[in-house]
Amino acid sequence: MSKSVLRGLRAAALTGTLVFGSSLAQAAENPIKLGVLEDQSGDFAAATIGKVHAIQLAADEINKAGGIMGRPLELVAYDTQSDNTRYQEFMRRVLQRDKVDVVFAGFSSASREAYRPIVDQFNGFAFYNNQYEGGVCDGHMIVTGAVPEQQFSTLIPYMMEKYGKNVYTLAADYNFGQISAEWVRKIVKENGGKMAGEEFIPLGVSQFSQSIQNIQKAKPDFVVTLLVGTAQASYYEQAASASVNLPMASSVNVGQGYEHKRFKPPSLKDMYVTTNYIEEIDSPKSKEFYAKFKAKFPSEPYVNQEAENSYLAVYLYKQMVERAKSTKREDIRKVIALGDVCMEAPEGKVCIDPKSQHMSHTIYLAKVGADHSISFPKTWEDIKPYWLGEAGCDLTKKDPMAQYTPSNPPPKP
Amino acid sequence: MDIATLAFSALYQFGDAFAFLVLSACGLAVIFGMMGVINLAHGEFIMCGAYVTAATVHAGLPLPLGILAGTLVSALVGVVVELAVIRHLYDRPLDTIVATWGLSLIATQGTLIMVGSTMAGVGTPFGSFQVGAYSYSIYRIVLFGAALGVLAALYALFNWTRFGVLARATIQVPHMAAALGVDTRLIYSLPFACGAGLAGLAGGLYAPTMTLVPTMGATFIMEAFVTVVIGGADVFLGTAPAGGVLAVVKSAMTSWQGQLFGQIGLLVAVIIVVRVLPKGISGFVLRERT
Repeated sequence: MSKSVLRGLRAAALTGTLVFGSSLAQAAENPIKLGVLEDQSGDFAAATIGKVHAIQLAADEINKAGGIMGRPLELVAYDTQSDNTRYQEFMRRVLQRDKVDVVFAGFSSASREAYRPIVDQFNGFAFYNNQYEGGVCDGHMIVTGAVPEQQFSTLIPYMMEKYGKNVYTLAADYNFGQISAEWVRKIVKENGGKMAGEEFIPLGVSQFSQSIQNIQKAKPDFVVTLLVGTAQASYYEQAASASVNLPMASSVNVGQGYEHKRFKPPSLKDMYVTTNYIEEIDSPKSKEFYAKFKAKFPSEPYVNQEAENSYLAVYLYKQMVERAKSTKREDIRKVIALGDVCMEAPEGKVCIDPKSQHMSHTIYLAKVGADHSISFPKTWEDIKPYWLGEAGCDLTKKDPMAQYTPSNPPPKP
Repeated sequence: MDIATLAFSALYQFGDAFAFLVLSACGLAVIFGMMGVINLAHGEFIMCGAYVTAATVHAGLPLPLGILAGTLVSALVGVVVELAVIRHLYDRPLDTIVATWGLSLIATQGTLIMVGSTMAGVGTPFGSFQVGAYSYSIYRIVLFGAALGVLAALYALFNWTRFGVLARATIQVPHMAAALGVDTRLIYSLPFACGAGLAGLAGGLYAPTMTLVPTMGATFIMEAFVTVVIGGADVFLGTAPAGGVLAVVKSAMTSWQGQLFGQIGLLVAVIIVVRVLPKGISGFVLRERT
């Protein structure tokens, strides 16, 4: 027994020294670790490899300029392979083994909902840098992507005014598509239109002949396409070759999967997309970002909305850590609660909303022409992610760690 | 809406589903149905055909020649794979699962690293036509024609040619065929190349209509396997009726309740057929005949 006590004491002494040693080194060299869990292979890779590159670009720039509070930023990146179980595996690994300070993770909403309970369980801190169906009210998460009140409340009324009030939704059959379709339904109804039809397509489906015929039968004025993944993108080519010739509206196409570059014109003619960034945006900030990106990654096929979200998220994190003088989530959230965490991003000015920890955005309406060139008929500046806050989510007071939808809003106090 | 329009639309949807099932499956019908090699890299042979087709069309070749190039390159890759890997595993069918699965992972990731995450499409030729209220893509009719053509060619190859007879003899009783002077090693590698080439043809034919990504093979593989499994060992007597039955179920369910129910209906039909006819449709037909 005495032996084991002795060993314990020795161990304690040793760890004590180690802790002491590391706290000395921390000031000089101890890096801030940023976990990066994004799909670098699999069905979503086309839209998400650029996110990893954007984070690398931002980290390089920050490190060249002296790091965050003098500490370098170190990336711990894993390829999640478009697979939800990989997200859970790697989220545990970065939080438990690599002990990262913050994680940037996730493309599909299914993957986000797969890893979010793990972030909550291990008391981690994660950024979801992706547009999505909205409603995540969770103090462990910051969302830099756009949400339905930013993308649909702008897009759907515009389309209804321009083309008519009969709307058809074609959406991917999982939480993102289902909840987004609910938003479309709600906004169409509020604007006095009606749904000509709806169809949900299982992920991975690539043949659309029957869906195309169903759309022609319903005779809508325009089609809302919420198709996700590369397999489902086959719809545009097949619809064009069957001469469907209906205008399309989307919150995910072009801005994520650059379909206008991948398919032969004119298959995406008259596609309207609300996005907070795409490389065609013609402003000095956007051009500068695009040039820096291309200089570092010359073979990048497209700089999309999620790449910009990921890039600005690194700078937002830097700002918050420097203002909080700490990487602890609770200290950072005190800074967010001040309500003035803003920055000049490539898209324009963005701010974090303290109630929902989502972001305000400049929303660009991108129109794809017959030759697949992009024009911007309209821009909405400083659109706030208001829905969660108005519905009753207030993270400065209470953290329910839940996702809400229009049909399942936060409980009234 | 009049009856003729409805009938044509039902026929078109059936033909479309039939073409997809048959073209996805015929290469696998040779490699898995006939030779017994469980080829999990089937989708990657399809991807190879599609990529070569798109690349040659981008380089300026007309589409039919591009499809031919895709078919030939896939067949060549098939020869190499057979010589290097499959040849050593004919007695170990379960091991072919692991080997071909590994090949499929290598092919998908290799393409992602070397060619990038996407490839530009080539556009669907021929435009569209109108029947009643609906407009249809002419190319889908071409695909249906191609599926019928491939089935006819396979039937002719395996029943009317000397090679077909030798191939069937070799696969059924290899040592007897060898005793009668057949070069069984050669005969084994040719059907494999033929199956790989057919997969490449399917890829080439569908390349203009689909998104070209390294994982595109995955969208074919489920349909291919279920068609071959319920078809059974005979390439023609299995694949053709299996494609027909599944296409009826799938197109009817999809038109009634949407894509999700189309897939559910397809899989339920597969379960029923496998339960009732354990040797597949061709096993049933051939037993009746003898």
